[in-house]
Amino acid sequence: MIAKKLSNEQIAMRCAKDIPDGSYVNLGIGIPTLVSNFIEGKEILFHSENGILGSGERPPEGLEDLDLVNVSAEPITLVDGGVFVNHSDSFLMVRGGHLDISVMGSFQVSEKGDLANWITDPKAIPGIGGAMDLAKGAKEVFITMKHTTKNGEPKILKECTFPLTAAGVVKRIYTDLAVIEVTEEGLELKELIPDMSIEEIQDVTEAKLIVKGEVLPLLP
Amino acid sequence: MINKRFTEIGEVMGDIQDGSSLLIGGQTDAGIPKKLLHYLLNMNVNNLTLITNHSGIGNDGIAQLIANKQVSKIICSFPRTNNSEIFKELYKVGKIELEVVPQGTLTERIRAGGAGIGGFYTKTGVGTLVEKGKEKKVINGEEYLLELGITADFALIKSYKADRWGNLIYRKAARNYNPTMAPAGKVTIVEVDEFIDGPLDPEHIITPGIYVDRMIHFEKGDMNNDSKEII
Repeated sequence: MIAKKLSNEQIAMRCAKDIPDGSYVNLGIGIPTLVSNFIEGKEILFHSENGILGSGERPPEGLEDLDLVNVSAEPITLVDGGVFVNHSDSFLMVRGGHLDISVMGSFQVSEKGDLANWITDPKAIPGIGGAMDLAKGAKEVFITMKHTTKNGEPKILKECTFPLTAAGVVKRIYTDLAVIEVTEEGLELKELIPDMSIEEIQDVTEAKLIVKGEVLPLLP
Repeated sequence: MINKRFTEIGEVMGDIQDGSSLLIGGQTDAGIPKKLLHYLLNMNVNNLTLITNHSGIGNDGIAQLIANKQVSKIICSFPRTNNSEIFKELYKVGKIELEVVPQGTLTERIRAGGAGIGGFYTKTGVGTLVEKGKEKKVINGEEYLLELGITADFALIKSYKADRWGNLIYRKAARNYNPTMAPAGKVTIVEVDEFIDGPLDPEHIITPGIYVDRMIHFEKGDMNNDSKEII
């Protein structure tokens, strides 16, 4: 039986459940961006590296403001309680450990919580952006990503083979197959999609998965 | 009397020369001193070092300076935007030097430079390629890297409103690097959207005029007669 994988929206929805009301959160590009669609009933202030705390959804057409954009230059709005700061203060929030959660995508994660999400080829033009600051500075780093590469190769590894963004920083991994917690003993499997066995998830995960308590069903 | 307001662009930009280092404010499209960059494009100055967030997007002022071969080195955080084709081509053939810096480290290095701080220790980059060649130190049981402050010959920044004393406010996310860079330029030049007659409300000023040397306002259409279009 072919197991039903989560869509990107469903990965984001699952991750959003673990973000407490009242949190200060930075969302990376890709699946992390979708997390903001699933926070109904909670007040969460989203940080944007370009100097915004409290970035809101895209304005209606015609109300875009070129001075109010996110790091991808997309028009956004400012929510009530939001604030504009200069770039140093924006990263003071990040580097000073004031952000509660950074949700990021990743190429690879290791069993020690090492994160590799900025470059795959050391000879390519390097572009770091805010990734290293966020990975190291946020109180908790959540990763949302596909469990394997397009070719089916594991992305959750014993050791990352790509250059690291930061070592030992990842707290939880949300994929289209599972929810995994990084603990001192290793990677603990917390949730798994129905129809997939522990052997099957281990087959697509290079690092050893630990099963301690009950593995809950990861439902869409 | 203090009056940092200029009307002649030549007086504002004229002493930028070959080999000058320039901090350039703005991120994505917001807060970039586009008219100052436009003027720089038409100055005969080369071998510039730019310190800025990115290495040009599409056909913006930074991309055009690079395409014009006026830039020999760029210190930035994200040179890999989808549209930085000109930079990419020159970088691959070794015609432009790149120092890539984590974004928070970049802004803090500029802040430190402007504050007279020679360097600082940060956790960002520990255990990555960024730590190569840098002093490491354990502080309270955690590893840190030494990063050095940055100053430049000139800072080119953009503000929303200014008074004659050089006090500045910004608009929304166009603030970004601009207030950080103002103190870090030996000469700080401001492109101002609007001058106001009286003093700005002191409770609202973001950049105090002490960091500002020269300001200029461009009327709509100024410098648009040139063939080079600034996005």
